[in-house]
Amino acid sequence: MRDPELPVLTLADLGVLREVVERDGRVVVTITPTYSGCPAVEEMGADLRRALRRAGFAEVEVRTSLHPAWTTDWITEDGLRKLREAGIAPPSRLGPRAAGPVPLNLAPPSRRVPCPRCGSPRTTELSRFGATACKALRRCEDCAEPFEHVKEI
Amino acid sequence: MNADNATDSVYDGLVDQEDAHWAFGTGFHEPLAGVDRAVPDVDRADLTAYCLMLGDDALVLSQRLAEWCSRAPELEEDVALANIALDLLGQARLLLTRAGEVEGAGRDEDALAYLRDEREFRNVHLAEIECGPFAGGDFATTIARLLVFSSWKLAQYSRLRGSADPVLAAVAAKGLKELAYHRDHAAQWTVRLGDGTEESHRRMRAGLHRVWPFLDELFTAHPVELRLPGVAVDPAGLRSEVEDVLAEVCRAAGLELPDAAPAARVAGKAGRDGVHTEAMGYLLAEMQHLHRSLPGAKW
Repeated sequence: MRDPELPVLTLADLGVLREVVERDGRVVVTITPTYSGCPAVEEMGADLRRALRRAGFAEVEVRTSLHPAWTTDWITEDGLRKLREAGIAPPSRLGPRAAGPVPLNLAPPSRRVPCPRCGSPRTTELSRFGATACKALRRCEDCAEPFEHVKEI
Repeated sequence: MNADNATDSVYDGLVDQEDAHWAFGTGFHEPLAGVDRAVPDVDRADLTAYCLMLGDDALVLSQRLAEWCSRAPELEEDVALANIALDLLGQARLLLTRAGEVEGAGRDEDALAYLRDEREFRNVHLAEIECGPFAGGDFATTIARLLVFSSWKLAQYSRLRGSADPVLAAVAAKGLKELAYHRDHAAQWTVRLGDGTEESHRRMRAGLHRVWPFLDELFTAHPVELRLPGVAVDPAGLRSEVEDVLAEVCRAAGLELPDAAPAARVAGKAGRDGVHTEAMGYLLAEMQHLHRSLPGAKW
């Protein structure tokens, strides 16, 4: 099952597929939204119901779980590789988050995002909010190609 | 639709659900499934009101930001403001769904968003005032509002993560990460405009002056918030953290902190009591008229 907005990834690659339980022919799938307003969640649910019905399961329930909140750290290693191969810069790993107030970031993004096409580290952010909630738009200063970057969250 | 349709049209998903509401066309009918939904042992009317306060803040600002779509100074900003609006809408849906669930009167997110009258909305005035694109502001004013709102919300959600209401805690933990992006976006624009040309500086300064009178309300506790210790956040405790952030941004932007008197309250009441500014009626008319004209309409 593929992500509607990042079709190079499966829902498992993206880390939004939490659990699949089958009991007496009834399947309960638990997924998690990437962003609170992610419109793809409904599309994912419909895709899952359709695929499971096609696979012969008449009773399918798709549950959406908010907690714990999704993070880009849940994208699998395989998922990161597939993103890179598709020309989308993958997020870096954030690791455990510090407690306390979220630090203010006034500087332009300092995290280096290498160009997924030529590998150059010299890239600039064009827009922090891209075509979908989860992506920013960047451009490589060496090969001049614009590319998308899955934002760390 | 035909479940075996081999073409897999992307539009099928939109009409897949019998109960898909027109507003979202989603069939997202169990948004709180999978979260611990136990209602803490507090007064249900109070908790419902508190969920409405939080939900209405997000919903109303989302509506305001959506007004910029196709009117922002550059395409990237159209996309950014729409993205921020979408995050807030997502938070609002969860919070209003929780309000309806705690209330137990059968009202869902749509009923609460589209069928309540002005006096039943509990959002702060800062979310509803006109800050552009129409009369009442411009892009800089909208950025000023977003800076103040997201700095305040971030501080509020960061404490709400420890709420005794498991749904509020989950929504806050998720929303916090989104708000951090919103605040950084607004802060970086404030610096660009404040530290830009004479004209951009003038506009950013005017924008801050426009929204500053609405700051005080953000830190004024409503009795409902004080009656829910452990569940709600006392907004008075957020003031110094938020003011520190705003001061830091203004310093970097070369802007003086405005010194503005708080906006007047009506007999001591404001947004949290359902007493709104003139702008609110127009906002609701635009947001609600389709649903009220065509009840139950679907995509």
